[in-house]
Amino acid sequence: MHNPSHPLPHRFARPGGLGFVSYVVVALVVLWSLEGAGWSMDRLLSSPPKLADFFSRAWPPSTHNLDRLAWKMVETLQIAVAGAAIGIVLSLPIALLAARNVLVGRGINQVVRVLLGFIRAVPDLAWALVFVVAVGLGPFAGMLAIAIDTIGFCGRFFADDMENTDPGPAEALTATGAKRIDIAASAIIPAAMPAFISTSLFGLEKAVRSSTILGLVGAGGIGIELKVGFDLFDYPTALTVILMIAVVVIGVEQIGAVLRQKIIGTAR
Amino acid sequence: MPLDRPGLRRGVTQGGLQVLDLQAKELAKRFGSGAPVFSGLEFSITQGDCVALVGANGTGKSTLLRCCLGLIAPDAGEVSLLGEKLTDLGGAARRALRARTGLVGQKHNLVPRLSVLSNVIHGLLGRHSGPRYWMQGLAPAEARTAAMATLTKVGLADLALRRADQLSGGQSQRVAIARALVGNPRFLVADEPCASLDPQAGEEVMALFMSLVKREGVTVLFTSHNVQHALSYGDRILGLQGGRIAIDAASADVTPKEMAQLYA
Ligand SMILES: Nc1ncnc2c1ncn2[C@@H]1O[C@H](COP(=O)(O)OP(=O)(O)OP(=O)(O)O)[C@@H](O)[C@H]1O
Ligand SMILES: [Mg+2]
Repeated sequence: MHNPSHPLPHRFARPGGLGFVSYVVVALVVLWSLEGAGWSMDRLLSSPPKLADFFSRAWPPSTHNLDRLAWKMVETLQIAVAGAAIGIVLSLPIALLAARNVLVGRGINQVVRVLLGFIRAVPDLAWALVFVVAVGLGPFAGMLAIAIDTIGFCGRFFADDMENTDPGPAEALTATGAKRIDIAASAIIPAAMPAFISTSLFGLEKAVRSSTILGLVGAGGIGIELKVGFDLFDYPTALTVILMIAVVVIGVEQIGAVLRQKIIGTAR
Repeated sequence: MPLDRPGLRRGVTQGGLQVLDLQAKELAKRFGSGAPVFSGLEFSITQGDCVALVGANGTGKSTLLRCCLGLIAPDAGEVSLLGEKLTDLGGAARRALRARTGLVGQKHNLVPRLSVLSNVIHGLLGRHSGPRYWMQGLAPAEARTAAMATLTKVGLADLALRRADQLSGGQSQRVAIARALVGNPRFLVADEPCASLDPQAGEEVMALFMSLVKREGVTVLFTSHNVQHALSYGDRILGLQGGRIAIDAASADVTPKEMAQLYA
């Protein structure tokens, strides 16, 4: 039975003075933010009829452009796959520089991590705008935007994956006199491979999601059809595009989940 | 404390002088601002000797082994390994020295997703660099032959292509031993080579390990929590207690009582 000399611990900690103040502060910040976001009960309540109007005009989704839309979707996926592939390949050397205790010292790790943070901080649409300026309108700009976005994501998480591997094998190889590059290639990377694959699949899913809206800024893909649909009040086509995007994104996520299960488990 | 009886030493002599493979002087180490793990350690190991390092959990055996191989730097004092002062060595010279040493870790520390053969070939990375030594499929024929010969010695040639994370504890320990031996080290450090093995497997691994190293005349420094192993396989006992060396004597001269006091 329970030893009475140790009283039962509390189920919940009672908030102290500081805790109480921080709850109040958080609540005030949220209220202030709602205000800044133009919170309006009137407009919220008047929106259902307008939404219903949109759907009644959009329904049924248009099917007469299906051909063109399907090809646009293929182009979208090509942008995503090409961009993600280039990004993933380039992420590996960058991650080797960003990971602590792998190739280079803390100083360089930190500089590379800050650069990767900067890449992630710039939204994908902003990268697309930048590349449209650099290489002109079209899918090539979109692919470059996806590639750089993928580097920001995979570069950081590949580095984390390598830092999280068991340091034992690396130490054993250090004791045999192996060079850092050899230790990275023969102990750290193989051990991190399942994590790399998982991270890469997330990178690809993210790339597919991004690639569907790049068209909004003229960087290729199906997003342009969405924009044109709304601009010309061709809501049935716009709805078709939205549904296609949903199907593709969900499909890619499902395939990613299955592949993560399958691929993680083969020897070299 | 009685010192070694000359007859018990298998130490190699050069012009009447014994060659010292390891010399530790005034060694001290602490982690962060904690109490020192050890301080003022002085000992040396003669070429060809097999020394058992014993002591209770947390007395700093693993830490000391790491200092001896230069894997971590001591706070004070110095280590000479195979005649070279570790603090004097630059990166390349340090790697060249380590190519002549081997480590069998407290955990087996194999690369999990690679084959047994690839793991053994990694033991050659101190002498060779580059992609050909990263995995067995790319390795030159001599490397594969050498690794297979070593695997045969530890009795695991038939598992060469098994993934390292699909081995039993005893098998993976033998692979770790093969990896440490494949480069023909002159100085071998083994941190509890039998931890996590059942008594039978532990006995087998220890006997195998010792027969291999004695045949090659390798100098060995190993730790063990098995007093019997320490006394029967070690020519000499180094006992750590309270951050000091409490025993430094030929194993034949160490009484069971002295050993028991280490753990008191
Ligand atoms: N990297 C580290 N950082 C901080 N403290 C450490 C570190 N490594 C070891 N220690 C501490 O140093 C002391 C000695 O540890 P060490 O692993 O060398 O002991 P040990 O004699 O090998 O023990 P065991 O018999 O359990 O293997 C312990 O108190 C441990 O907590
Ligand atoms: Mg230990």
